[in-house]
Amino acid sequence: MEPIIQVEGLRKTYKTTVAVDGVSFEVHSGEIFGMVGPNGAGKTTTIECLEGLRKPDQGKLRVLGVDPQEDSKHLRERVGMQLQQSNLPDRMKVWEALDLYASFYSNATDWRVLLSQLGLEEKRATPFAKLSGGQKQRLFIALALLPDPQLVFLDELTTGLDPQARHATWDLVRDVRARGKTVFLTTHYMEEAEQLCDRVAILDHGRIVALDTPSELIHSLGAEERIVFTLKGTLPTDFCSALSGETRVEIDGERVIIHGKNGRQVPLVSEVVSRLSEQGIQFSDLRTEQASLEDVFLNLTGRKIRE
Amino acid sequence: MKSLMKMTLMESKLFLREPVGAFFTLVFPLMMLFLFGSIYGNTPSEILNGHGTVDISVPAYTAMIIATTGLMGLTITMAANREIGVLRRLRATPLSPLVIMFAEVIVLFMMTTLGMVLLVIAGSLVYHMRFEGNMLSVVAGFTLGSLSFFALGFVLANLMPTARTAQVVGMVLLYPMLFLSGAGFPRELLPATILKVANFLPLTYVVNLLRGLWVGEPWSSLLTEVLVLSGILIVGVLVSLKTFRWE
Repeated sequence: MEPIIQVEGLRKTYKTTVAVDGVSFEVHSGEIFGMVGPNGAGKTTTIECLEGLRKPDQGKLRVLGVDPQEDSKHLRERVGMQLQQSNLPDRMKVWEALDLYASFYSNATDWRVLLSQLGLEEKRATPFAKLSGGQKQRLFIALALLPDPQLVFLDELTTGLDPQARHATWDLVRDVRARGKTVFLTTHYMEEAEQLCDRVAILDHGRIVALDTPSELIHSLGAEERIVFTLKGTLPTDFCSALSGETRVEIDGERVIIHGKNGRQVPLVSEVVSRLSEQGIQFSDLRTEQASLEDVFLNLTGRKIRE
Repeated sequence: MKSLMKMTLMESKLFLREPVGAFFTLVFPLMMLFLFGSIYGNTPSEILNGHGTVDISVPAYTAMIIATTGLMGLTITMAANREIGVLRRLRATPLSPLVIMFAEVIVLFMMTTLGMVLLVIAGSLVYHMRFEGNMLSVVAGFTLGSLSFFALGFVLANLMPTARTAQVVGMVLLYPMLFLSGAGFPRELLPATILKVANFLPLTYVVNLLRGLWVGEPWSSLLTEVLVLSGILIVGVLVSLKTFRWE
């Protein structure tokens, strides 16, 4: 089956800044594909080139089989878009926005159904300005779903939302995919990409530095997992030498942190626990900390994403 | 077609929900009419060539509505829609920018017409306003004047970086023009030097055209006005189509 999106060697420069520097990837039907990276990494430029809103300097782009520059009007009939920094007039009511935007498409779905599916029924007659951040994003998702699109673009959907609204929005995105739609999203929240995406491209300085499923990325590039516990006595100095593979111990008062590489044959936690009980060492508050995409990014670029 | 209708309906609702715009288009001109009507009445006077104050004020205030709507209402709406990202959202749909502009023109034209109709009704009922012109000619002149000012408004909206600057520049252009062109004060009361300056103001031509047609002057004596306004209209449309920006 032909990929929904094909990008080869995309490059875009603004005056002297290179925003996107030779990016290539494919998005397949029915997946949630995420592009993550810090602000200024080139995510929005990439998504806007795919949407036909920006003209790439170089590169071959196919979205739903067409060139977004040449066939943008046709594409907009079949693609749902949620754009960053877009708005509705303050005094426009929720139902009015849906009714208006539905008239722009030749085969729009029934907006009344979307209204209830996205839980906006109660806010039907509320002016846009009076909606909360989460409600606005729900309305934007509804607008993006109006053309019953095969593909939905979501650019920084949850930026500025509180954690609760963010989790609720993730559920909505999963629902969108469950309807058989392909989702392309950008985010600078690593956790969001990890929770939501089937595959993730990590973007930094306009280049893709890694692309895989979140678990594969963490597995292969996430440095380590950590076992943390509190100790009554002292830890024997040779404690680590009996553990398999590469490990490292960090002691901070009563707290002990054992770092180990990911992807071991025997899980680090079971080795640590059995060794502790073998030696009759009293411990409490033991927990494991898995590496996250955040660590992957740190490993790849040497800095944290929010810096 | 369906989207143009929906868009027009939506824009009219938004216009009426925005109290300031509706006030200057519909209410303020009436207040002016009643204020000066109650001071001067509508008795024919020699200074005004045998017309009453209300007789000449209704076409002049109509020109005022046209200028306010074009340079303030339209400019601020379009520039604000661009600035806050309303146009950006529309851009993600198959909608043509022409539909957006058409809807805006239709709505403002309807509101301006409503403003004029209110003036005519009030003038006739309260002050027995005299009308010696041809209705169709007045409608044609009104349409020409409105469209040319709307075209100016689009140019201004497209060229100004933010809604705030659009508003300031719009006001700077509008207010002196209202006083000097004869829209706010009868031309007959202005000194000759000011009338010379007034010849450089687009609104002067709308005032002269409407006042002329109101008292039944033939089109042949209003050719300058028609030419100037048509020129503004054509250049304005071309420039605003060229300079249209989504964001």
